[in-house]
Amino acid sequence: MAEKFDLNEREVWDGNYAASQALRQARVDVVAAYPITPSTPIVENYGAYVANGYIDGEFVMVESEHAAMSGCVGASAAGGRVATATSSQGFALMAEVLYQASGMRLPIVLTVVNRALASPLNVRGDHADMYLGRDSGWIQIDAFNAQEAYDLTLCAFKIGENHSVRLPVMVHQDGFITSHTAQNVYPLSDEKAYEFVGEIVPVDDMLDFSRPVTYGAQTEEDWHFEHKAKQHKALMDSRPVIDEVFAEFEKFTGRKYNRVEGYDMDDAEVVIVALGTTVETARVAAQELREEGIKAGVVGIRVFRPFPFDDVRDMLENAKSVAVLDRSSPGGAMGAFFNEVSAALYTTPNRPLVTNYIYGLGGRDFSVNEAKRIFMEQKANADAGHITTDIQQFSGLRGPHLGYFQTKRS
Amino acid sequence: MAITSIKNLKEFSTNNDRFEGALTLCPGCAHSMIVRELMNCTDDNLVIASNTGCLEVSTAVYPFTSWDTSWIHIGFENAATAVTGAEAMHKARKRKGTLKDNDAPVKFVAFGGDGSTFDIGFQWLSGAVERGHDFTYICLDNENYANTGGQRSSATPIGAHTSTAQAGTHSYGKKQKKKDIVAIMAAHGAPYVAQLAPNKWKSMAKGFQKALETEGPCFINTVSPCCTEWKFDPKDTINITDLATDSLMFPIYEIIDGHELNILYRPKNVLKVEDYLAAQGRYKHLFKPENRHVIDEIQKNIDEYWEMLQRREEARV
Repeated sequence: MAEKFDLNEREVWDGNYAASQALRQARVDVVAAYPITPSTPIVENYGAYVANGYIDGEFVMVESEHAAMSGCVGASAAGGRVATATSSQGFALMAEVLYQASGMRLPIVLTVVNRALASPLNVRGDHADMYLGRDSGWIQIDAFNAQEAYDLTLCAFKIGENHSVRLPVMVHQDGFITSHTAQNVYPLSDEKAYEFVGEIVPVDDMLDFSRPVTYGAQTEEDWHFEHKAKQHKALMDSRPVIDEVFAEFEKFTGRKYNRVEGYDMDDAEVVIVALGTTVETARVAAQELREEGIKAGVVGIRVFRPFPFDDVRDMLENAKSVAVLDRSSPGGAMGAFFNEVSAALYTTPNRPLVTNYIYGLGGRDFSVNEAKRIFMEQKANADAGHITTDIQQFSGLRGPHLGYFQTKRS
Repeated sequence: MAITSIKNLKEFSTNNDRFEGALTLCPGCAHSMIVRELMNCTDDNLVIASNTGCLEVSTAVYPFTSWDTSWIHIGFENAATAVTGAEAMHKARKRKGTLKDNDAPVKFVAFGGDGSTFDIGFQWLSGAVERGHDFTYICLDNENYANTGGQRSSATPIGAHTSTAQAGTHSYGKKQKKKDIVAIMAAHGAPYVAQLAPNKWKSMAKGFQKALETEGPCFINTVSPCCTEWKFDPKDTINITDLATDSLMFPIYEIIDGHELNILYRPKNVLKVEDYLAAQGRYKHLFKPENRHVIDEIQKNIDEYWEMLQRREEARV
């Protein structure tokens, strides 16, 4: 048995430490990992738990992130609980195996500390890696602070390992802003945390030789489509399970999570929709603007995949002007997140105005004032009844304004 | 544990058969002989991982499988990592007592072709061996990317024609020597490394058993003649293998703990490599006068390598 780890009711942890504590408490059987900034401390902390007897499982330090996810796939197919951590270039190197993990329906938990993708090389946080994973068939959950990184990592095991889900789960947090900022975190005791997460019950266990299993078969045009459709269905069908797990977590902790989080949304007319720590910055801006009589609200996407199309729509349909903030270089298109939110809003009778802000790339700071300016531009749109700015614009960029496309008006 | 006795080939071929005939390998392919020998030489449970390649695409086409044991394929490069991930899980679950049968012995084996072993999967193999997992990696070396139609790999010998190192008016085929994978894996300090051939089936079975019984990472390069890309009649697979081992193009030997070298087969009559080359279409162009020098070079390489193996065996260092 692993050594007992005593925790205070309130700890001061950064996001990395919070995530690594959640992995320890979930009694992960195999962690196969490779270090990369800014997620390295998760792996290092885990190494410290191993060295001091706090871990019963195996810790396999491999030679690359591709191997980390490959080892996780082999380990997960062998029936136990599996997790790892990565960021950015490491995530990109894993990409091939991410698709294979989800295709084989293996409930691996990957804590992703979001960071920009090179080139130019950059170690700071943006969401380029998170976006890279968006078609990979994983559930993607987004934490906005250290407490959430801890809570949602525990939830991730329970969601992915649920037999009606059986999908790998990523838990994202923002590089440095969350991962390296010490904050108050209220952890569960080891016993309570494990009681919540529960034992893993393997399906198609490679170490059960009474029933041999073949993983990673080949399918061509005869069956590939059906397999991918089933995978998509599994992702879509995971929504009520995610809700159930969040509800159970609330019973344990009093902390309630939703697939879409709305703040001041009851009567909001101007809204920022965002991911990660930006949600918290935008909330501060919204509250300050409310004191000035501006009906500002914020929507944070907690579960990026499966994308909460209907909940986003329901939450935003009565808004007047919505700013969707993409923290990833769009590479010659509108921001991907903007496109998804816009598509949801297009199906509402009201069709709020929607604009796209590209911001914060490579860790460029996003301030309360910047959020306020974006809200005020939405206010101008709402008052005018049309988009008064470029539909896509870069926010917080040095040098001349960069923006594209305007509303067609007769 | 290893099966106790291997009396004759017929009996051995049907022992404990966990590799079913429903497969689509080319007639005459040596892969299935080698895989069957591995799976038949032990009674232990097997977890097998395969890299992408001929073996993989021919044995697990949904909804069929040839593997009557646990089997996994991820990608072209990572079977060593997949199987060592499973091995780590076995250790963890055994310690926690969560296995269905906690005492049953399990062996972990990875198969890769030469493309995935020498080239694209080399890093994954090297990493898994360095970490010291208890597993056996078997390379099915047919000296080319046969699954994709015969492109050169770093296992392709000098002078061979492949679709990406072609023989033509300005070329005698591949210009580079074959990578010495056995020496490289021995240099990792692996406890058991060997090169084996399916024509010497007894020594191959023994080598497999030794690898499976040895704790730690073991590596075996097996010669797997490819009638499709080497261009010979499918019925001649074992004849070609005989020419390969008797010309010493493929010497049969093992290296224990990275240094102790034992030659496992010494041909009574060592054949000229010409005999081996002449039996295959991929070397046809070498017999043109302007290319004869390549045959001389291959023979010289073989002679020098055999000399080196003998001296190392004698030196016991």
